[in-house]
Amino acid sequence: MALQELTYRDALRQALINAMRENPDVVIIGEEVGRYGGAYAVTKDLIKEFGAERVIDTPISEPAIVGAAVGAAMAGLRPVAELMYVDFIGMTMDQLGNQAAKIRYMFGGQIGVPMVLRTQGGTGRSAGAQHSQSLEAYVMHTPGLRLAMPATVADAYHLLRQALTRPDPVVFIEHKALYTMKETVDLDVPPLPWGRSAVRRTGKDLVIVTYSRQLHHVMDAAGKLAAEGIEATVIDLRTLNPLDFEPIREHVERVGRAMVVSEGAMTAGVAAELSARISEECFDFLEDPVVRVAGEDIPISVSPTLEAGSVPGVRLIADTARRMVSGRVAA
Amino acid sequence: MTKPEGRHPAARPNSALPRHYRVMRRIRSFEERVGELFVRGQSAGSMLHLSIGEESAAAGVCAAMEGGDTFTTHHRGHGIFLARGADPARMMAEIGGKEAGYCHGKGGSMHIADMGLGHLGANAIVGGGIAAVVGAGLAARHFGSGRISAAFFGDGATGQGILYESMNMAALWRLPCLFVCINNQYGMGTRIDQATANPRLHERALAFGLAGETVDGLDVEAVAEAAARLVAGARRGQPAFLAVDCYRFYGHARKDKSPYRDTAEEEAGRRKDPVAHARALLLQRGLAAETDLAALDSEIDAEMDAAIDFTIAQKEPPLSSMFRDVYAPEEPEPEPVRARIDRVLARD
Repeated sequence: MALQELTYRDALRQALINAMRENPDVVIIGEEVGRYGGAYAVTKDLIKEFGAERVIDTPISEPAIVGAAVGAAMAGLRPVAELMYVDFIGMTMDQLGNQAAKIRYMFGGQIGVPMVLRTQGGTGRSAGAQHSQSLEAYVMHTPGLRLAMPATVADAYHLLRQALTRPDPVVFIEHKALYTMKETVDLDVPPLPWGRSAVRRTGKDLVIVTYSRQLHHVMDAAGKLAAEGIEATVIDLRTLNPLDFEPIREHVERVGRAMVVSEGAMTAGVAAELSARISEECFDFLEDPVVRVAGEDIPISVSPTLEAGSVPGVRLIADTARRMVSGRVAA
Repeated sequence: MTKPEGRHPAARPNSALPRHYRVMRRIRSFEERVGELFVRGQSAGSMLHLSIGEESAAAGVCAAMEGGDTFTTHHRGHGIFLARGADPARMMAEIGGKEAGYCHGKGGSMHIADMGLGHLGANAIVGGGIAAVVGAGLAARHFGSGRISAAFFGDGATGQGILYESMNMAALWRLPCLFVCINNQYGMGTRIDQATANPRLHERALAFGLAGETVDGLDVEAVAEAAARLVAGARRGQPAFLAVDCYRFYGHARKDKSPYRDTAEEEAGRRKDPVAHARALLLQRGLAAETDLAALDSEIDAEMDAAIDFTIAQKEPPLSSMFRDVYAPEEPEPEPVRARIDRVLARD
């Protein structure tokens, strides 16, 4: 295959199609995944190719959707459960956190739960407090669950394909503001291995660690900073569990400054964990405190102004970088 | 409900009653002996939930299941696992938190499982194992395996929404699933009539389009007959719900002295003893003599004594096994906290 222009949504859909063609035991279970084609159209028309027994429309029953996927995975299927919004994860937390995450361990390694829970989160569509959250910390705080959060079109494809080969449950959180993003990609180029971060940019002044949609804000900010002579290294985590810490260590030790950017609420979030780890493990190399640029500790509003103000944007990221590097504050 | 006293004693020439009795007698003995682990300081778990008084549900329903059928249980599931063929010594060792147990000491009483016997796991979350049988049912349909999957749970789980979500899906998709509610009248200290305005639990299943029955758990033959009928239907794609009425003879867990119920009620409840009832029927029908039953008692007691001795002799799992099986064996194990601290503090 050659270069092609694809959206993030197209890439996810293509990953599901290819996985289902290769493995007849891959089934999709979720609300509106079949006839409707998925709330964000990721499963559009899959029911036409694979039928209603592999693209299974469910009642609005999130706990049992995840629970059924757990049982199906234990019984030999390769289920992809879809949770329409990550905000509904609380509904499913028993099946996810107490069942899927712990079955291998509790049962002494007899069996795993090779399922993927696809969902999407984040701000950007004025969807309000119950449809805009970034709840990846809930997942990252639960041993036994893997967590992937693609930021690019190529990663949307490859991480989902890889998730469908993993032996343990993977929570796969897409970002709702990225579905229409287009990139020119060649999906035949071999991807990074599962569990590796990607260095998206290299610079000498500070390291910015991020993931999911915030990668794009960070890259925009890094472009502006470069024009001012501030060079940032940008690391895209791609998966939060496994967490690929070594490249972070290597670059922070080289550069001496680190910022962590996450859309999730700051307190006790993913950025807090990363900040703690960098502070502990790179202590002797740091010239400044590790700075978190994260979501405010507030619910998300419907008002587009309040919504955008609740999460990091290019300006806050760039301003923070300037202050860290040179004490300069943007006008 | 079936009234056993109304039945002619010789009505079943090829009776399964001796087999049911043996299964129930082993469960009773296991449950009595497992308490000894506590007394002797050999039980690892602080949580132990006995199924004494409920043996007919395990024996009757499991008799209708076949090899390859799968099941999940609640936290009071020792009897079900035994009835599906578990080795009492390995069970006891698991309850004792020993390496030789079914889950190498990581699961214990409430998380015991064995994929070889189709046991997809006991569960310490009320209703937590129910939805898995929907998935197992989907897999059975997908692979054309002809297997059914049964969820066993207590009356307490009828308060959990996931039961209704699961029954609805099973009925909607005509899955080979059986939902078995062992109604021992109590969810911890709350009696069923204090938890619902309609304790005729099978009616809920009928509302979703499942087959549904309630059967008297005093009579293991009645349980087995109902289960055979419903399992056959489930295998053909008519999922079903079976409520087995019984009485939880003792407290919710080991240290619960049941202050929430009076002695008269307990005495009446314990007269509904499916093991004693089956024993009396065996004698009445001439299917066994007192000497046969005494010999069986001795055999089973010896088996369970050996299970205790085995458990006490076993080792605890090594501390290093703590990080094993969080993820698949080919994946790196989580880094121990001590190693992380050492790394942080070992800097130049």
